[in-house]
Amino acid sequence: MSTACPYATFRVGGHCLAIPVLEVQEVLRGQRLTPVPLAPDAVSGLINLRGQIVPALEMRRLLRLPPRESEVDPLSIVVRTEHGAVSLQVDEIGDVLELDGSTFELPPHNVDPHVRSRLAGVYKLKDRLLLVLDIRRTVDLNG
Amino acid sequence: MMEDQEFVQEFLIESNENLTRLDSEMVELERRPDDHELLASVFRTVHTIKGTCGFLGFSRLEALAHVTEDILSDLRNGRRQLDTPLTSLILESVDAIKRILRSIEATSGEGEPFESELIPRLKQARDGATAPLPAAATTTEAESPSATEPGSPAKGPAPDSNLRVDVGLLDKLMNLVGELVLTRNQLVQYNAALDDSSLNAISQRLNLITTELQEGVMKTRMQPIGLVWNKLPRIVRDLSTALGKEIELDMDGSDTELDRTILEAIKDPLTHIVRNSCDHGIETPAERLARGKPGKGRLALSAFHKGGHVNIEISDDGAGIDPARVRLKAVERNLLSAAQADRLSEAEAVNLVFLPGFSTAQTVTNISGRGVGMDVVKTHIERIGGTVVLSSQTGQGTVVRVKIPLTLAIIPGLVVSAGGERFVIPQMNLHELIRVEGENVQSRIEYIHSTPVFRRREALLPLTDLSRILRLAPVRRHDEISIVVLQVDQHRFGLIVDSISDSQEIVVKPLALEFKGLNCYSGATIMGDGRIALILDVPGIGQMSGMLAGAGQHGRVAAAAAYTSQPADERKSLLLFRAGAFSRLAMPLSQVARLEKIAASSVERAAGRPVVQYRGRILPLLSVAEFLGSASTSEDDLLHVVIYRNGASELGLVVDEIIDVVEEAVTNRHGCGGSGLLASAVVAGRITDFLDLHALAGSACVTDPESLYRLEAALAGNRVLAEEVPA
Repeated sequence: MSTACPYATFRVGGHCLAIPVLEVQEVLRGQRLTPVPLAPDAVSGLINLRGQIVPALEMRRLLRLPPRESEVDPLSIVVRTEHGAVSLQVDEIGDVLELDGSTFELPPHNVDPHVRSRLAGVYKLKDRLLLVLDIRRTVDLNG
Repeated sequence: MMEDQEFVQEFLIESNENLTRLDSEMVELERRPDDHELLASVFRTVHTIKGTCGFLGFSRLEALAHVTEDILSDLRNGRRQLDTPLTSLILESVDAIKRILRSIEATSGEGEPFESELIPRLKQARDGATAPLPAAATTTEAESPSATEPGSPAKGPAPDSNLRVDVGLLDKLMNLVGELVLTRNQLVQYNAALDDSSLNAISQRLNLITTELQEGVMKTRMQPIGLVWNKLPRIVRDLSTALGKEIELDMDGSDTELDRTILEAIKDPLTHIVRNSCDHGIETPAERLARGKPGKGRLALSAFHKGGHVNIEISDDGAGIDPARVRLKAVERNLLSAAQADRLSEAEAVNLVFLPGFSTAQTVTNISGRGVGMDVVKTHIERIGGTVVLSSQTGQGTVVRVKIPLTLAIIPGLVVSAGGERFVIPQMNLHELIRVEGENVQSRIEYIHSTPVFRRREALLPLTDLSRILRLAPVRRHDEISIVVLQVDQHRFGLIVDSISDSQEIVVKPLALEFKGLNCYSGATIMGDGRIALILDVPGIGQMSGMLAGAGQHGRVAAAAAYTSQPADERKSLLLFRAGAFSRLAMPLSQVARLEKIAASSVERAAGRPVVQYRGRILPLLSVAEFLGSASTSEDDLLHVVIYRNGASELGLVVDEIIDVVEEAVTNRHGCGGSGLLASAVVAGRITDFLDLHALAGSACVTDPESLYRLEAALAGNRVLAEEVPA
């Protein structure tokens, strides 16, 4: 993990998560979702992003967290992946942080394997832990 | 430095183009070694590569090209004759050149040396040539120099009016046009709600321009199928050499164009079919001679446009497929029961090879037996909305017919809704629409055990409910049922939807993530209001609802066979009905807008002629029985009305009974003329009279000079029919 790469941080169900800022295409609010019946649970629908059809994944379901209260409007973080753009539905967006590589650790083995497989590692910030997502594995619903 | 890079890039592009041509030219040259023009072209290509790579400093490439050029030069000077081993050697050298070029493309270097063994052999061949041919190079047979046909298929470089465009740019343009089509749809929809005359004019103009632009950009993406076929002569040659067979490859229609995405998608299936024909189809010369056939097998490919589709036929004059062996194999592999297998006709049986898990090869060869069967070919072709059908005659040969759409990007589709969501059904899979209205419509759906069925013109139509398949809560009215009759191969079933909207051109967009096991969607599109709608994959829906599983397999096979027995292009959709003394009349379905039942009491008169008020307009009625000089025998107080569309005007044809909609070839046509009939023909095994719609429209004063009715023209075309049935 290089210290040079800034991270975009966001909150999902009380957890603080991060992805490399370079993988983020844009952040949107109030997107209309078209549901995809029979799709995996984590797929909350499709977004029309200026004519491009982007699948939206609910981070709470990917991380096995309780559903968001219905009155809270999720934010869409659109990330670039090898399959094209994918939107991650999160609770709140945070700052862009430059992280110190010396505070990085791999996630411990007793973390729920379903969640652990989607994490690249953990940064130990002063006041909290910052979980770094592995985007490629996060959007891989077939794994 | 930059300039050098550009030079190399240009060299690579040019060389790759030339080498692709070189492959087929070499094979052609082997057949006609005396064709000087062809030889000169091969020589030029190698010479150019040699020259340029020397200049760019690729020494190994130069060495390889140099010695190859020497050999070609000897051939050109007539100092030696081309034979099979020499052709193989030159092709090997071409492969080595390609390999180095690929390496240069990937790494800018020539890569690991691998040709240390090839160059001495090339040199030996070159040096051996100055002396009389060494014994080592004896060939089984000398090439006959007699077959010198003028006009080689390979043409020289393209004229200056063409320019090279980056494929990525074309894809981007296509995407933008897709966006424009969507925006146009949105504007048209908005305009319809607004009713502003100047906006109306702009919107119409935009509509026209967009359509033209769409067509233009689509055309730029069209590429001749020859690009894929180019590789086949080499494949067939290598295969026949490896298998000890003699195969002549004929290609017809290689300039037939299709969209490049489709071209890409059919490359592997086509190659597979060709390999299969060489491997399993065509016999060895000895076997062929024993069967009284010429020793040289023939493999023919042809491609042509027909009805908005590209048709490709791959035929060989080989052993054909033995239906008995196919049946046996299918039963052995538990693909169907012995009793089921016995019931199949021969034509049906040979199409069993498309079933997953089927492979007839006695032994696995390294040519076509690599675990990829014809089922994969079928899946690949169906994925792009195509069909594949095989017919075979034992001992005579096999024909594989592939039918594929011209383009995938923009297709006509029907918008339906289920569970409050909209879905699009590709028009291609659509057969008919049925709407049942009235108070106790639910009783119109009957059940066999728990399977819903609908009586559709005296035949049972199995039903499935889209909301149930997708586990959505239906949002529908109680006094109305909408059924979309779908067709997969020749298998039909009804899909109950909450409501049917309209049909429109949609831009197909892929779903970014492959949702595992989710085969009910083939993509998505953006609707006029900017929202997304999923495109249903009809074969997938059929499978999920069990319509096409089990017995359906048989149905699919039977269907495929039914298609085989008649050339697909002869098939027409016809509406059959009865009127007065004429118990079996037909008209092309393309001329039918809708079928209605209208209460006899609602008929009024305008200028002395019968009319009804229909959809806010006045619809003139005409009794077909009276028109034909007979009298209606129907005592029903509901009139069966066929809404006949003639250009912009509509006419209601009153008939006594609707018999069916059939899709089949019209055989034994027999002109009779006069008395309002156009001809008689055999349809579905019975004599049927074709109504002269032109005369009929004339007698009803519905004249539209632009659309003079012509049977031939009208028989082709749209086969979607809307039927509205009050309960």
